[in-house]
Amino acid sequence: MEIFLQQVVSGLATGGIYGSVALALVMIYQATDVVNFAQGEMAMFSTYLAWSMLNAGVPYWAAFFATLAVAFVCGVVIERVVIRPVENAPVLTIVIVCIGLLVILNSVAGWIYSYIQKPFPSPFPEKPITIGNIFFGAHDLGALGVTLLVLLLLYVFFRYTTLGLAMRAAAQNPVSSRLCGIRVGWMLALGWGLAALVGAVAGLMIAPIVFLDPTMMSGILIYAFASATLGGFTSPGGAVLGGLLVGVIENLVGTYVKFIGTELKLTVALAMILVVLLVRPSGLFGRVAVHRV
Amino acid sequence: MSRGQGWRRAIVLAAIAIACALPFLLSNFRLFQFTQVFIYAIALLGLNILTGFNGQISLGHGAFYALGAYTTAIMIDRWSVPYGWTIPVAGLLCLTAGFLFGIPALRLEGLYLALATFALALAVPQILKYFEHWTGGSQGIVLSKPGAPLGLTLSPDQWLYFVTLGVLILLFVLGANLLRGRTGRAIVAIRDNPIAAQAMGVNGALYKSLTFGVSAAYTGVAGALSALAIAFVAPDAFNVFLSITFLVGIVIGGLASISGAIFGGLFVQFVPNWAQEISKAAPWAIYGIFLIVFMYAMPRGIVGALRLAGARLARFRG
Repeated sequence: MEIFLQQVVSGLATGGIYGSVALALVMIYQATDVVNFAQGEMAMFSTYLAWSMLNAGVPYWAAFFATLAVAFVCGVVIERVVIRPVENAPVLTIVIVCIGLLVILNSVAGWIYSYIQKPFPSPFPEKPITIGNIFFGAHDLGALGVTLLVLLLLYVFFRYTTLGLAMRAAAQNPVSSRLCGIRVGWMLALGWGLAALVGAVAGLMIAPIVFLDPTMMSGILIYAFASATLGGFTSPGGAVLGGLLVGVIENLVGTYVKFIGTELKLTVALAMILVVLLVRPSGLFGRVAVHRV
Repeated sequence: MSRGQGWRRAIVLAAIAIACALPFLLSNFRLFQFTQVFIYAIALLGLNILTGFNGQISLGHGAFYALGAYTTAIMIDRWSVPYGWTIPVAGLLCLTAGFLFGIPALRLEGLYLALATFALALAVPQILKYFEHWTGGSQGIVLSKPGAPLGLTLSPDQWLYFVTLGVLILLFVLGANLLRGRTGRAIVAIRDNPIAAQAMGVNGALYKSLTFGVSAAYTGVAGALSALAIAFVAPDAFNVFLSITFLVGIVIGGLASISGAIFGGLFVQFVPNWAQEISKAAPWAIYGIFLIVFMYAMPRGIVGALRLAGARLARFRG
């Protein structure tokens, strides 16, 4: 029982991380209808910026918020400069541009900061918290809390502000929104900015666990895709919950099913995606897309 | 025969003639690179039949490529089957696997299909490492390059080049005939308007899963040839990036075009090398810039740009 609970807790901890990246993916998908393959690399790059600031002696929280601001601006600029020229091209063309962006960011980060792993500080205390015989890592709990806070803020933003409403409208029906006076192009750019910001938060929370290096996000991005699929690409809350589920199931299966062990862990996560897609293609909490014929 | 068709035939014949002359002009290393281009072109045509013509996005064709490569490697290494037989077997096996994967894929479209196939591509290296008894685990399987038969005085590289070229021409002719006829129209109709296609009596489910199978078979044959050409298979060669490379290849070459596969093959083989030559420090940054610039300049790929240029020229003359 103790082992079981401990595995669930550590599954929740990793799951929170998957959830935060999945949240960023879902944000961009909702705001722009594009699955951004460069999302992970954008988060990685922001984390390196934070590392540079911390190395220059900036206090943690100042660096944290400065990084978020820079990430937001970079996200907007990337949409304006890189994505906008292919806005009306076929979807696959946009996907290829995102892949181009991915390799550029990865390569430039490796060039500037080298491929050597760097430790990254956590804002939370090192001492684990114990309840009964179960250990909670303080950073894990903190990271989960930050993810949930971001989710709450996003919910409030999209639900209760005019700007949030305008962004949702622009994504759902660009033509009518334009007729209502919403600047659809800028709403898309804002969507990219917000997603970059959420990605930066995720990066900053992940780096203390996996260490900082240019490929740190690639493994996590895969799990984030799994989480977003599980929760549904149209539901931000679902994405976070999907992340937690993926984390827990992955841990439990790895512990209890002997022939799987740690070697086939990833395969299990992927089999899970396939099953979800076949049974409920829009995910557990996603909206079923209805097409007019 | 119209004038346009005559020109096209002349260009194809000239290209084949040049391809036949290359082995006697280039070094073995360059020749090996061109063999790779042909192998990529076969795989890209396979993916293009599925994604370009039938509208099903796949990010998992690296899995079928791996299946083909391992089929060949295991048959040669464990059962000493002559290599010539392993290529059709790899094709048939991938045809079946693709068809079977195509059935559940019927329920998915667009993004969701891309994700499901992406999962397939991700799982491949792990699965290959797990069945160590068959696949040799992460060590992989080492093969020896087959030599030329019947006392032909060709080096193994030259011989493999001709084998690949032969398979390429055969598969491209088959593909062109498939896509030009009744079947091809049905495949394209399902992409453009599935409901109208059904109403016209096209069996959507059957055609879609068959297209998946054929596409996988092409990619599997390419994988089998790559195992022969490189004379080595290992799990980490079949990572996600391979599948993404295929997708890049068909979009750069031109979706829904047969000749686009050749241009795509040239791009994915040579552009990373050029990028390496331009900048040793950050070659992939250069590659990424190439990708983005290509997409700005030719959003519909190389063939799309050529078609546009041809149409402008015709209007200018006409």
